[in-house]
Amino acid sequence: MTDAYVVGVDMIKFGRFPDRTVPQIGAEAALLALDDCGLTIQHMEALYCGNLGQASGMVGQRILQLIGQTGIPVVNVSNACATGATAFREAWAAVKAGLYDCVLAVGVEQMGKGLLGGAGGATGIPKEGLLGSGTMPAVFAEAGMEHSRKYGTTFEQFAKVSVKNHHHSTLNPKAMYQIETPLEVVMNAEMISYPNTKLMCSVNVDGSAAAVICSEKKAKELGLMKRAVKVRASVLTSDPWQERDLVMPDVNSCTRLAAKKAYEMAGLGAEDIDLVELHDCFATAEILHYENLGLCKDGEAGMMIDTGAVALGGRIPVNVSGGLLSKGHPLGATGIANIYEVATHLRGEAGKRQVQGARIGMTHVIGLGSACGIHILEKA
Amino acid sequence: MSKKPLPVVDYLKIPDSGDPYLEGHKCGSCGAIFLGERNVCSKCGARDKMQAVKLASKGKLYSFSIVHRSFPGIEVPYISAVVDLEDGATLKGNLIGVEPDPAKIKFDMPVEVVFADALGRKDREGNSYLSYFFKAKA
Ligand SMILES: [Zn+2]
Repeated sequence: MTDAYVVGVDMIKFGRFPDRTVPQIGAEAALLALDDCGLTIQHMEALYCGNLGQASGMVGQRILQLIGQTGIPVVNVSNACATGATAFREAWAAVKAGLYDCVLAVGVEQMGKGLLGGAGGATGIPKEGLLGSGTMPAVFAEAGMEHSRKYGTTFEQFAKVSVKNHHHSTLNPKAMYQIETPLEVVMNAEMISYPNTKLMCSVNVDGSAAAVICSEKKAKELGLMKRAVKVRASVLTSDPWQERDLVMPDVNSCTRLAAKKAYEMAGLGAEDIDLVELHDCFATAEILHYENLGLCKDGEAGMMIDTGAVALGGRIPVNVSGGLLSKGHPLGATGIANIYEVATHLRGEAGKRQVQGARIGMTHVIGLGSACGIHILEKA
Repeated sequence: MSKKPLPVVDYLKIPDSGDPYLEGHKCGSCGAIFLGERNVCSKCGARDKMQAVKLASKGKLYSFSIVHRSFPGIEVPYISAVVDLEDGATLKGNLIGVEPDPAKIKFDMPVEVVFADALGRKDREGNSYLSYFFKAKA
């Protein structure tokens, strides 16, 4: 099988664009990614489009209606917060399988404000606040408190994740926010669902990101190897059975399974990874994934945030983009925006937030329900 | 209207005589316990081995969150609790009988499953519902 390379990748600055349509927002990133590698829509042999909010709305085709109707196959993808990563993976798989030599993956989302999560079934009475909470901040708070019960992780340690990621975002012009949030500001912000305060919840934003993926032969033929980034591993898992997962969506076991498979596929280990963009939908979640991804041993996640090992300049910088907490989390776009961030570092083009000497990076997303997508990328 | 209340979830059983209880479905092959009826076990894949079992009425607090912001009309704060019952089943519900203060809530604190009206909530037809709660033991 051929190797597959990201030859063009970009994202728009995340924000709130209520006056634009989903296809318009997606088309902007698609054109940016094409421009990044100097190709045109005529070079693209297929489009994989990730979007959640209009999952039945043929968003991919409507993007092509804005940027070039070449008649190529379009696959519209929906997989919760793993939507973008899944679209990217489908594009990668098609190139790996030899179906196409050059394809486009786009992730796009237009979000409302406010809480995410189910309020219960359509019949009967609302279960929220009656049978506990199904809101996302509470669900991820409970997952974080499970870590607290095992290892004594504190509210302050969870809060430090937000301090770090907000700091990182001050160096990223494409992040929604560029605001420093000191520890006392994070801890004293409105409590949403203990231990997650408002500043420990990801930001609902609109956004899009896109990537052009080529086979090795095509990338060489087009003279695009210089800035190409090799996809060393692409893994998608669903949630393996866990004893509490009827009531406690499990983000740990699907991540551990995906990480193991990704390291195997890439033929390397966590010690080889230079930076990670992981799914910090809530500050509590990031702590769990240090261990789930093998960045440290079980029980050491609190120490990782305390010592700055996961900050820019540390042993293994995590979410130098600002993460979902401050860059923003447009659900369907997030997975490809992560690819953009890591690829930008591997290309040495990340400016003030550049992870020096980065050669190999990892992206990780979780779609609750559940889906975990992991990619390992390497500078070609 | 002296109709008896409806169960808030289908695994809460209200017998004509006797106390309400929670019902699980236990796999005869691997022992996994599920909430609600089903025919196939998602842990081991066994078919037609499910047996209805009455769930334990006592358990321990496994994890929790104190919810301060919820959907419009939902009274806050409340404690959303994940509880391991003595028979191995896990349930989520509101924890009552303890202040919504992280300093007062302890992992593994013993709780009892109690049944009460669903906080006055009624459906469109005006039916009342019976719910379950976890009551912290003093
Ligand atoms: Zn079974």
